[in-house]
Amino acid sequence: MALMTESRLERLLSQGHFVVSGEIGPPKHTSPEGILHHAELLKDYVDAANLTDNQTAIVRMSSLAAAVHVLRAGVEPIMQMTVRDRNRIALQSDLLGAYSLGIRNVLCLTGDHQSFGNHPTAKNVHDVDSIQLIKIVKDMRDDRKFACGEEIKEHEPRFFIGAAANPFADPFEFRVLRLEKKIKAGADFIQTQCIFDMERFERFMALVRERGLHKKAYILAGVMPLKSAKAARYMQKSVAGMIVPEEIVARIEKASDPREEGVAICVEQIKHLRNIEGVAGVHIMAVMWEEIIPTIVKEAGLYPRPSVD
Amino acid sequence: MIVAEPKPLAEVSELIGEARKILVVGCGGCVTVCLAGGEKETGILAASLRMLRKKEGKTLETLEVTLTRQCDPEYVQLLDKYVTEDVEGIVSLACGVGVQFLAERFNKWVVPALNTKFAGGAVEHGVWEERCGLCGECILHQTGGICPIIRCSKSLLNGPCGGSQGGKCEVNPDLPCAWQLIYDRLKALGKLDLLLEIRPPKDWSKARDGGPRKVVREDVRM
Repeated sequence: MALMTESRLERLLSQGHFVVSGEIGPPKHTSPEGILHHAELLKDYVDAANLTDNQTAIVRMSSLAAAVHVLRAGVEPIMQMTVRDRNRIALQSDLLGAYSLGIRNVLCLTGDHQSFGNHPTAKNVHDVDSIQLIKIVKDMRDDRKFACGEEIKEHEPRFFIGAAANPFADPFEFRVLRLEKKIKAGADFIQTQCIFDMERFERFMALVRERGLHKKAYILAGVMPLKSAKAARYMQKSVAGMIVPEEIVARIEKASDPREEGVAICVEQIKHLRNIEGVAGVHIMAVMWEEIIPTIVKEAGLYPRPSVD
Repeated sequence: MIVAEPKPLAEVSELIGEARKILVVGCGGCVTVCLAGGEKETGILAASLRMLRKKEGKTLETLEVTLTRQCDPEYVQLLDKYVTEDVEGIVSLACGVGVQFLAERFNKWVVPALNTKFAGGAVEHGVWEERCGLCGECILHQTGGICPIIRCSKSLLNGPCGGSQGGKCEVNPDLPCAWQLIYDRLKALGKLDLLLEIRPPKDWSKARDGGPRKVVREDVRM
């Protein structure tokens, strides 16, 4: 299959590698030191890393700027872009800017509601939704057109387009259809919500295969190492769109070393996911625990990472 | 209808300042139905303001009139005879439309006595809920008669976000997910195919982003 973009991630996926992506959260200040440190840490263990876009609606360094920092540190960035804070004009403008700075992957998202963040009285924009954004990025690339239909006369942005899927949100059956809409709109790769309920994810993937969606886009399964019983309980009770089975929380609660148990569970999950037909890689979300990623990648048998050349 | 609720008495009292004579105007439209600004509420507000002033050792004269509607110049002009030189302020118990119509007609200090909330209806006695986002281009035929513009916290058009779980919105566990409702309804009606179409970005210029909107009906103009 001919490559559509200069994305390293696309190249690896097209070559059939089981890819590993990570996640780096930008800081609530202006120093890139922390993200550069994380980039250095992840560099040899992931094929690309997401830079979150004001996640949970808390003001942070922009994902675009953070993506440029990690790119310079040698990590391929996946710039997250939500439709919560920018209208179609700002989104397209930032796409042009990001591409000009060397960013080649974008993940198109709705974004957490502002009521969760530190500016709950802000107006959300939602001028377009995530599916519409996917199509905008695709049309800029494949039709060389802005969202208004105007031609991009030269140097169109050519992004490898990502989208999210949440098999743990409802209505369950519609999640697969919504995934299909995202792929139809132009998503090239998909990153899923953190998977803890493996049985439900298996059912989701069966429906995905039934509709042949795994052949139309690369699906990266989301995992998250749990650092403590408290963190597990928090994910179970307080995070929207998440299902954490009681047995996982109990395992960590009973463990003499909860961190070690958290890593062990995550590694088991990755090994399991690797054998599910249609799963093209894993996306490891080690929020506030980025330094554990090398251990997980090694123990899951995914080290060393392939080189593109 | 437009649903509104009364401002606290202390706030209205502060808004009229040192005025010694005021006109308190009720509205017989929506705000009468939602028990916020009809004849009864107008009488209560005027009396409460007078009592408050009396406690402060001051006097306040009030005139009370309730119009059929404040959103219609035909009725608003009926106030002309009450708006005399000595009236120092007008308190409107209408929605924001009525307040503005009064301010447009009279060269007086006009203040709102209500907070205008939304376009909705009563779901039980004493409980009103928003139903219409006034987006200017109705899409209820695409969504089984359930409005995602106003009932989805993000006004999404292509189905539920990742935060919908167990039929509830991520924003609040008491809030039904509009898209779960839409999905259930279209499924029951055998019209799920409506949800598979990729809906293009909405034309928000027909909503609130192009200055005040206007409807002109040549067929009924005089």
